[in-house]
Amino acid sequence: MEALDIKNLIESELNFSVDLDEKSGRITVQAAQLVSICDFLWRHPSTYFDSLSCLTAIDNGPENGTLEIIYTLYSIPNHLTFHIRLEVPRLQEDGKLPIVPTLSGIWKTANWHEREAFDLVGVVFGGHPDMTRILLPADWVGHPLRKDYVEQDNYHGIQVKF
Amino acid sequence: MKGYLDQNIQSEGFVVSQFEDLLNWARASSLWPMSFGLACCAIEMMQTFASGYDLDRFGVFPRPSPRQSDVMIVAGTVTFKMADRIRRLYEQMPEPRYVISMGSCANCGGPYWEHGYHVVKGVDRVIPVDVYVPGCPPRPEALLGGILKLQEKINQETRVVPQIILDAIAQKA
Amino acid sequence: MNSTQYQFHPENFHLSDPNRYKEEDLKSEEMLISLGPQHPSTHGVLRLEVISDGEWVKDVIPHLGYLHRCFEKHAESLPFNQIIPYVDRLDYMASMNSEHAYVMAVEKMMDLTGKMPKRVEYIRVLVAELNRIASHFVAIGTYGLDIGAYTPFLWLMRDREHIQRLLEWLSGARMLYNYVWIGGLFYDLPIGFEEKIKEFIPVVKNTISEVVKLVEENTIFIKRTANVGVLPLDIAINYGCTGPVLRGSGLRYDLRKVDAYSIYPELDFDIPIGAGEKGQTGDCWDRNHVRIQECLESIKIVEQCLDQLTGEHKRTKDFNPQEFVPKKIRPAAMDVYVRAENPKGELGFFIRSDGKSDIPQRMKVRACSFHHLSVIPLLAKGAYLADLVAIIGSMDLVMGEVDR
Repeated sequence: MEALDIKNLIESELNFSVDLDEKSGRITVQAAQLVSICDFLWRHPSTYFDSLSCLTAIDNGPENGTLEIIYTLYSIPNHLTFHIRLEVPRLQEDGKLPIVPTLSGIWKTANWHEREAFDLVGVVFGGHPDMTRILLPADWVGHPLRKDYVEQDNYHGIQVKF
Repeated sequence: MKGYLDQNIQSEGFVVSQFEDLLNWARASSLWPMSFGLACCAIEMMQTFASGYDLDRFGVFPRPSPRQSDVMIVAGTVTFKMADRIRRLYEQMPEPRYVISMGSCANCGGPYWEHGYHVVKGVDRVIPVDVYVPGCPPRPEALLGGILKLQEKINQETRVVPQIILDAIAQKA
Repeated sequence: MNSTQYQFHPENFHLSDPNRYKEEDLKSEEMLISLGPQHPSTHGVLRLEVISDGEWVKDVIPHLGYLHRCFEKHAESLPFNQIIPYVDRLDYMASMNSEHAYVMAVEKMMDLTGKMPKRVEYIRVLVAELNRIASHFVAIGTYGLDIGAYTPFLWLMRDREHIQRLLEWLSGARMLYNYVWIGGLFYDLPIGFEEKIKEFIPVVKNTISEVVKLVEENTIFIKRTANVGVLPLDIAINYGCTGPVLRGSGLRYDLRKVDAYSIYPELDFDIPIGAGEKGQTGDCWDRNHVRIQECLESIKIVEQCLDQLTGEHKRTKDFNPQEFVPKKIRPAAMDVYVRAENPKGELGFFIRSDGKSDIPQRMKVRACSFHHLSVIPLLAKGAYLADLVAIIGSMDLVMGEVDR
């Protein structure tokens, strides 16, 4: 099953229009449609993406002003890898972090991956059961994998820089 | 062939020594480390404790609790999240207590010194360190060397007057 | 030498990593136990917040990040070839395997896949399988330690030392090798290396058969591990478990066969799975059993690689392992996701390059232990407190990879 087939399947069954990038073979979806598309791909017998291999949040920098989230799905019985791309603004208009729907209801893998994305890149996943920092201390300031991140001077009195 | 003790003990069965030397000897030859494995260095530390290098020969036997240990071998990268815990465990150790910093990460941040925003650049920013063992990770022989260096240091200790005051007296005289 | 800078404050401890449960909210029969981050059986710096009711575990909340060494930040700041040492330090038990996975990802971006000489690929697989044996030895040995058997640890560490010395001869380092390079290898095998491994193989085989008798068939061991921490297959897949954990649950799934990368399709080996010999499929005994059997399969692969390396692809004077190493590593703008079978499971690298610099724009590591850790709360709920340690040990966690 090719990426084009999956795109056609989504468009015919769900009546969503999704963009397919021919070169990389991945689709770009709207945040509002993400959960229903993933749920469909998980349930449909010809795709049956039973595992979420990876979830990558990418900051494109302040000059572009966007964040990307790339979901890598894998189907063990069909031996099929598929990428879904989601693009959101870096910050909302009121300066708050962007909100993306969670997939932790479908794949439990997403639970910790989303917490990590929140921790390091600063994306809030709406509806997530436990949206807290996972790797950094709870009183840490900032999201380190943002391109404009500046380290704090000291933490509990210890100098952060060398 | 007589054993070591037999050679040293006089015919009357006495060893003449200073009280300090006896204390130092006892302390240096039963260093119980707290097995403080943090990262890659912990595997080399395990290797040193295991059959190949056998730290038991030096009276070094890992303890799981800080309350029972004399020396803390900080083996691995210290992060800011861990720094609070290291300090707390160090405070829980009874005096006299010693710290061996094992590996480049614990010495100075190691390969993470530049971009490691979450790495403490040297465990000596959190607790005082006695012996630094370089390497990434140090070979088991290097850790053995570090322990021998610490024993050397303990053997020079004096309980009555601190060394720094003795040095000052010697300078004056 | 720095002076101590830490400023003590009684609240520091709770500020950096607060407990999820509050002491005052607990019922009178419940108790909050903080297991770790410095505990001999948590395999590194993992903290588990355990709510227990007598001997029963009511809830477990893993707290991680005590070894967060900012790998992804380093990957965004360093050129592709300089990232390899940091990749070593992710899963420090199996550096060769991690290097192999990373190097495959960059080679895919540089369009080098399959262009290297066969000898390079055979050497890569040889060292990766040796490292896999070493990694499983630590896993099996410390698992014995966790549940009260000290001897297997000493025996396996003794033989792991041989592997470490062999790989030190090869690369100059005992644990973190930086041996597999993008487009080749650091150096050819040293002269006499093949013979030494041939001498070593019977020793390992003997050790493994001893360990099987000592551990697997030991009644105490069976009582401690069989029917403990049973992980059903559907839950394992949903949580993203791979490697021996997934195979222990009974699925014959190995990326070396499924993806058929490198030289693996030309080699003959089996994939052991858990079948519930002593209890239910997917219990701790099965996971440990899969690891022991995998060591034997790895030996098979090592033997076949040696046959090739001394036969068809033997050492020649004009063989240059760095022949295909690119002078400048600047891939075109693209995203790749490449994965490989590590001793612990599927290690994946998601890399984005912008086509303008030698530095990746973003690199994400899909770490296997991260997923295995996330399933522990589910397995531990309702188990005995003592079994919690058996469950953690059977997952074979490496915190360097979990926290990155």
